[in-house]
Parts: sequence; C-alpha cells; structure tokens
Amino acid sequence: MPTFVMPTPRKLREEPSRPAVTAVGLRKSYGGRTVLDGLDLAIPAGTVFALLGPNGAGKTTTVEILTTLVAADGGQAQIAGHDLRTDPDGVRSAIGATGQFAAVDDLLTAEENLRLMADLLHLPRPQGRSRTRELLERFDIAEAAGRRASTFSGGMRRRLDLAMTLVGAPEVIFLDEPTTGLDPRSRRTMWKTVRGLVAGGTTVFLTTQYLEEADQLADRIAVLDGGRIVAEGTPDELKTRIPGNHVRLRFADPAAYGRACAAFPGASRDEENLALRIAGDAGLDALRALIDRLDAAGVPTADFSVHTPDLDDVFFALTGSAASRHHAEETPR
Amino acid sequence: MSSTLALTAHDSLTMLRRNLKHAARYPALTFGQAMTPIMMLLLFVYAFGDSIGAGLGGGRDAYLSYLTPGILVMGVAGGSMSTSVAICSDLTGGIVNRFRTMNIARSSFLTGHVVGSVLQTMVGVVLVVAVALAVGFRSDAGALEWLAAFGLLAAVAVAVTWLSAALGLLSKTVESASNKPLLIQFLPFLGSAFVPADSMAPGLRLFAEYQPFTPVTETLRGLLSGSAIGSAGWVSLAWCAGIGVLGHAWSRRLFDRTGRR
Repeated sequence: MPTFVMPTPRKLREEPSRPAVTAVGLRKSYGGRTVLDGLDLAIPAGTVFALLGPNGAGKTTTVEILTTLVAADGGQAQIAGHDLRTDPDGVRSAIGATGQFAAVDDLLTAEENLRLMADLLHLPRPQGRSRTRELLERFDIAEAAGRRASTFSGGMRRRLDLAMTLVGAPEVIFLDEPTTGLDPRSRRTMWKTVRGLVAGGTTVFLTTQYLEEADQLADRIAVLDGGRIVAEGTPDELKTRIPGNHVRLRFADPAAYGRACAAFPGASRDEENLALRIAGDAGLDALRALIDRLDAAGVPTADFSVHTPDLDDVFFALTGSAASRHHAEETPR
Repeated sequence: MSSTLALTAHDSLTMLRRNLKHAARYPALTFGQAMTPIMMLLLFVYAFGDSIGAGLGGGRDAYLSYLTPGILVMGVAGGSMSTSVAICSDLTGGIVNRFRTMNIARSSFLTGHVVGSVLQTMVGVVLVVAVALAVGFRSDAGALEWLAAFGLLAAVAVAVTWLSAALGLLSKTVESASNKPLLIQFLPFLGSAFVPADSMAPGLRLFAEYQPFTPVTETLRGLLSGSAIGSAGWVSLAWCAGIGVLGHAWSRRLFDRTGRR
C-alpha cells in the first residue's frame, strides 16, 4: 500500500485553453435591491482572478451564485465546463469553496474535520487517510491534528478551512475574503498558500477588499462596484489606466519654490507645502532630463519622490467612493 | 436510482457518524438530557407520590407505575429538542454552506442529525427505565410488550425530532432554537402523563384528551402496566406518522430554501 497518493490529475492539464469560469449577464436582487446588475466573467484555467470591491459591491453574492449556494435571477455561468443551472452537482464536484468565516466543525479535531471531507467525497479509506496526513503537513497543522478546531487561532482555523476545501483536489477554488480579520503574518502565510495552489494548476477565484492582496496575488483583477464590473485587467494594466505617474519636488524656501515654478510652468503647484507635481513617466531618461533642468535653473531641492499609481488610485478613480477604502499615504517608490 | 439511494445512505451515515462523535465528545449532553425526566420521576414519586397516589386511590407504588410511562414520554419529547439547537448552530457556524457546495446527498445533513438525536434519546429512555426499576417500578410486561413500548417511543422520537429539526431551521439564533421546542417538552404535562386527564379543569381536560401525547401515554401505560389500550394504540401511531411526515416535509422545504444566513 503506497503511503503517498497523488491527487487526481485534472482535466485542465489536458485542455489548458478551457476557461475555468465563464459568466454572462448574472443578475441578482434581494427584495427590490439590485445586488448584481449583469456580471460577465471569463477566467482562464490555472490563473488567479481577484474580484475587488468595497463592502456591499456584490462580491459575496457573486461567490454564492457561482458556488451554487444561491440561484441567480438571470444570466448564465459555466464552471469547469458544467452549467450552473442544468448541472449544479457537476459544478459542486469541480469546485471547493471557502467562505468569509471559517466553516470548520468546532467540535471535531483538525484530523476529523479533514476525514469528514474525505468521507463526504467518497474517497476510499486509505486514500482519505493519506490525503488528510498530507494536508495536515502542508498547512502546518500536523502538530495540532488531534486538537479540537474550537481551540485554534484565527489563522489556524483559516488554514484548516482551506485544507478542507482542498481534500477533493478541486479544479476551481473560491475564496471569499480569505484574509479578512487575519493578522498580517497569517495573511502572508495565506498568500503563500494561494500562490502554491496556482503553481499546482488550480484556478483561484478570490474576492477581496484589500487592494494590496489583489495586486500581490491576482493575474487578473476585476473591480466590482454597485453590482457591475467597472474595470478589468492585469494589475499593471489597471494601473496604467490611471494618469497618475508623477514626480514630486519639494523645496526648502519660497524663493526656491518660485524659481522652480518658473522653470516648470506646466507643473501643478502645491503652495502650502512648497511642492511641485510634475506629470510624466518615471523612466530613467525622463528623470535625467528633469534633474538637468533643475540643475540648469540652479534650484536646490529639499525632497524628491517618484510616484507611480497604486491600486488605491485605480480603485478611487474607477469607483469614485473613498468611504470604504483605506486611503494609502503617497508612498515614494 | 438505486445508486442514488446508496449515495444518500453513505452520506447520511457519514453525517450520523459526525453527530455521534459530537455526542461522544460531550456525554454530559446525553446524560443531561436524561437527567430532567429522572429528576422529575424522583421528585414526583418521593415528594408528591403519596398524596397524588392517595388521590388516585393507591399509594406511592401505585403512582410510580402510573407515572413511569408518562415520564418516558416526557423524556422522549424533551430529548428531541436538542436537534433544534444542533441544526441551528451548524447553520449559523457556516459548515452547512460548505456541505451545500459539495456534491453530496442534500437530505443527508438532516437525516444524520435526526437519526443521531433519536439514538441519543433512546439511550436516555434506557437510563430512565433503569432508574424507574431501581426505585421500585415493576411491570408484568413480557418481552413483546417491552419491545412494542420501545418501538412506540422510538416512533414518537422520530416524529418529534423531525418537527424539532424544522423548528431549528426556522430559528435565526441558537437561543431561539432552544426555546421553540420547549412547548413540545411541556405538552405531556397537559395530558395524562402525570395525572389522569379527567381530573383536570373542563377546558384543559378537553385539550388533554385530544392532544397527541395522551394516547401515546395511554398506550405505553397499557403495554407496561396492563391497563386497557383500546383505540389509543392506533391513534398514537397515526399521530406519529402525521407529525413525522409533516416535520420531515417542512424541514426539507426549509433546508432547500434557506440558502444563506
């Protein structure tokens, strides 16, 4: 009897071009309030897709619909080739879902939780046992295998939760705000885990309200606002859509500031801070030219920073709502 | 079709194992459930037994044999309540949503809970019988009568537990899930479990005569103490079937509907 059983090979490796998730015109409203207003998605297999949006944008509803928990009012979707409406059991066999709050059985031990999943997936006993052992090791909970889940810390519960989702080696994994409420260290561990999943060929659909998280993990990001996708692309693509590249120059005294204003008539001025904001790309040549011009004008510069737009800028520009995001400080890059 | 049935059975067994593990981990819950009827039995026999017994034209021993079937019915009604709490706490904890996103037999979650709870309740019944025998309850019932008595109690447990499952699904919080079935537990009091229905005030007597626990208590009394059963046996079984089918259908409907919390 082999002690190590490889996870079932996935179909997607044979047909890498098949999209893992497609959706057309998904709609949902609750009691007259529209939550999703025609959502379209196309997620290639083996990629990480992040649905980014503020609270109430419809992220969780989207996950609930795609994981068969809730029926859409309109539109259609296929997950791993199974139609959501006509073959929900097919969808269920192909997916793993981890919600916003760890869905573990508190009264069972970590090992029993994983064995419960193996039994529900109808894995043969020896395979269920070895898969359980493998996941306990991989998620760094082997030492706590015999402890009840109720005694686990938040980070451990999330890891167990994700391990349970992976018992069946699903093709597509849905992670609804996987790091909400976690401390920074646990968040980084979770990121590492998600990257590991994709390396193994799994498709990951994740929702987040953390821009950094989407930036760190996702191949493609869709920004959801008011039940519609307002922008979609790679993190870099989204960033270039915002004309926010600029160099910021700050000066020590009003005299220097005045001379600089004369030298850069096109710059936007920040009189209060004696600073200039000069739009343009942050390439080396452009910077050299800028410095040459400063030298030529003979202006001493107190502070110099290059600013490229981060997703915060993108998010703000696209959704126009500052209320639900944390406004990042301008960070010199 | 038969493979669907096999899968349903397989998943229900897995769910049942989960619930039995819960029960084994917290034996206090099973014993705690049996404690209420046992305390009631001791209280009524030793504190009130003499005077109630005298009122019924006997003594403490006579009252013990009158009371024991009633206490058993009360124990079964009360034992079924834990299902409400267990189901509601699963729903609020999020594990049910995990089950829903898996390709498993939909009914298995409820079936596992109900079967687990019925087994637990029957363990409680055995404990109550043991205490009753220890304090002097004697029955001239044969093996067949005992078997029928346990069968009837199991049927009551199944019926009431399905109803309790529906009440649990209906509850938004664990607290309200533990309150709703209290009504069921106290229903035997308003029947012939503790005193004969015809000794009650007229309005209550009417209710006591026609509520489901009275024929069940009377049937059990007939089986264990040899009194006449009459039509009570069939009426009991009809009540069990009715409540069970209703509770089952209601639970399934609620479970299919409550997609999210």
